Amino acid sequence: MRPLALSHMCVASSVGFGLDATLTALRSGQSGLSPRPFETVTLPTWTGEIQALDNIRLQGEHAAFDCRNNRLAEVALGQDGFAEAVRAAIERYGTARVALVVGTSTSGILQTEQAFRARDPATGELPSDFHYEQTHNTGSLAAYLRARLGIEGPAFVISCACASSAKAFGNAARMIAAGLCDAAVVGGSDSLCLTTLYGFHSLALNAPGPCRPFDVARDGISIGEAAGFVLLERPSSRDANVHLLGFGESNDAHHMSSPHPEGAGARLAMERALSSAGIGAEQIDYINMHGTATRVGDIAEDLAVFNLFGDGPARGSTKGHTGHTLGAAGIVEAIISALAIEHGLVPGTPHTETIDPAFHGRYQLAAETGRVDRVLSNSFGFGGSNCSLVFGAP
Amino acid sequence: MIPPLIQVFVEGAGLAGPGLRGWAESLGVLRGEAAYEPAPFEPPPIALLPPAERRRAGTAIRLAIGTGLEALTEAGREPTSMAMVFTSSSGDTATVADILAVLATDRREVSPTRFHNSVHNAPAGYWAVATGSCEPSTSLCAFDSSFSAGLLDAAAQAVVDERPVTLVAYDLPYPEPLNKVRPIAGPVALALVLTPWSTERTRARLTLRPASHAATTMADSGLERLRLTNPAARGLPLLAALAAERGGTVHLDSAAGTGATILVEPR
Repeated sequence: MRPLALSHMCVASSVGFGLDATLTALRSGQSGLSPRPFETVTLPTWTGEIQALDNIRLQGEHAAFDCRNNRLAEVALGQDGFAEAVRAAIERYGTARVALVVGTSTSGILQTEQAFRARDPATGELPSDFHYEQTHNTGSLAAYLRARLGIEGPAFVISCACASSAKAFGNAARMIAAGLCDAAVVGGSDSLCLTTLYGFHSLALNAPGPCRPFDVARDGISIGEAAGFVLLERPSSRDANVHLLGFGESNDAHHMSSPHPEGAGARLAMERALSSAGIGAEQIDYINMHGTATRVGDIAEDLAVFNLFGDGPARGSTKGHTGHTLGAAGIVEAIISALAIEHGLVPGTPHTETIDPAFHGRYQLAAETGRVDRVLSNSFGFGGSNCSLVFGAP
Repeated sequence: MIPPLIQVFVEGAGLAGPGLRGWAESLGVLRGEAAYEPAPFEPPPIALLPPAERRRAGTAIRLAIGTGLEALTEAGREPTSMAMVFTSSSGDTATVADILAVLATDRREVSPTRFHNSVHNAPAGYWAVATGSCEPSTSLCAFDSSFSAGLLDAAAQAVVDERPVTLVAYDLPYPEPLNKVRPIAGPVALALVLTPWSTERTRARLTLRPASHAATTMADSGLERLRLTNPAARGLPLLAALAAERGGTVHLDSAAGTGATILVEPR
């Protein structure tokens, strides 16, 4: 593909709001995970919760969109002058020439979970202040951002479980290449809810403590919440320091919730990403792995990475910083990849102490400074949906 | 400014819904030559799925996969090398509603199978298992504009990646109480096999652009009701134009922001 510039970025996660706070956390190894119980959840697990979301309300003309997921998107938009940058892009290109491709897995379903508990005991009806279209529907994130940012180009939500906001880069890149738009707001928002906390519990995948990706004693995931967005456009004189160089997608064709044991689908996505970027495996300096800290998921990804990259580049998972932010993991780790390139930083793998001796290659436990020209970032989801992105300095 | 245009070619279509038992069987109804008579419709099991997955595949998954396979058969293509786009407003409505009901009980014992089936990309995952295809798939949503958003995305992928892409749009009714806040008729699914170039199997050329224009309606009042009450059925005017084998322009709904205008030229 022809490289596209990440000309503006914003992010909000449990390690902090904005690029500076995120960079500080990456450098210091800070984690946003805590054992504090979320909502009415009584499970023994840690989460990457953003407590401030409890006190935010979307108001005025956007009040119907008020739900945890859209509040989280709003917090991210408010960072690093992102909403203003989108406004400038709209002025530059025209409202219909800016598209919006964003990812989420569960959208505002927490709103519906709470509405179900408040059903009318006599009729079974949901409360009258429940707004399905603006909160629960998977498309609500795109509808909110479209209204909030004044975007009139094609706008939709990618919902491919934990690969959602990584895959959004591919859809947006194709829309730009096809001439359907000149720029796209790409990213995603995924917030804590009972569906995912109890759902992953049913699969025995929630860690009792903080997640420890690739650790010999790893025992599951820590679910987090986050939102992030980038403005993706053709490189120009206004250029930023990081480009999307390539992307690769595949399906495992194996199982709905277990990865292919040798990571065959993951490897295919990484190979396609390198081919799309027109570079070889040896040109990657750091791999931001999906690394959620499940027993089998980490084994499959370790093998897939080793089979393609050998001992080569530094690798690790930043899930111990933010938790696994599910549909937002792709955008959060895209922004972490961009920060790594921009600031010469190889991120670490917080909470992990002893890499599983069965694993291969150079795992980065603590962050260190060093030149990073190209990063490969992995996001894999339920349904065997795989996406790898390649970012690089121009 | 020159409006952006994308050109793709249609090789095959699939259709399923109340009174719509397949593309070939529905041609008369779509052309207005036969009366539309809604009749209850239950998507059959997917023979391609291994036994465990076949047992776990609910109505939404069977509906989406069956209709996609029908379109590929119409096009005379194998599924193994096909890129897929699945689009739906509300995904597996029954599974999501079941989880919500369970989460409102004291014990909150979510079924692991229902949980992994509840993701919006469940049909894409089952599709890959059924067909053995490792090719990319996208699963997307734009509320009532899900069909046109999916069509634009599939067309962009066909043209940019220079490969055939199959679009599957599907939507199903919710049980109560969600049915009251989001009434969806159906189940309905539509599928199209799109290619970036003309082939010997091409039925029509589509020239698409994003647009906000009042939607083309269906002449038959029953089909028009279906169009208005099922997001996947918002694509019916395009299938009717393909069935009619006459040239024409179709406007797809832009209610949720992503509409499209399509020039349809039969081969």
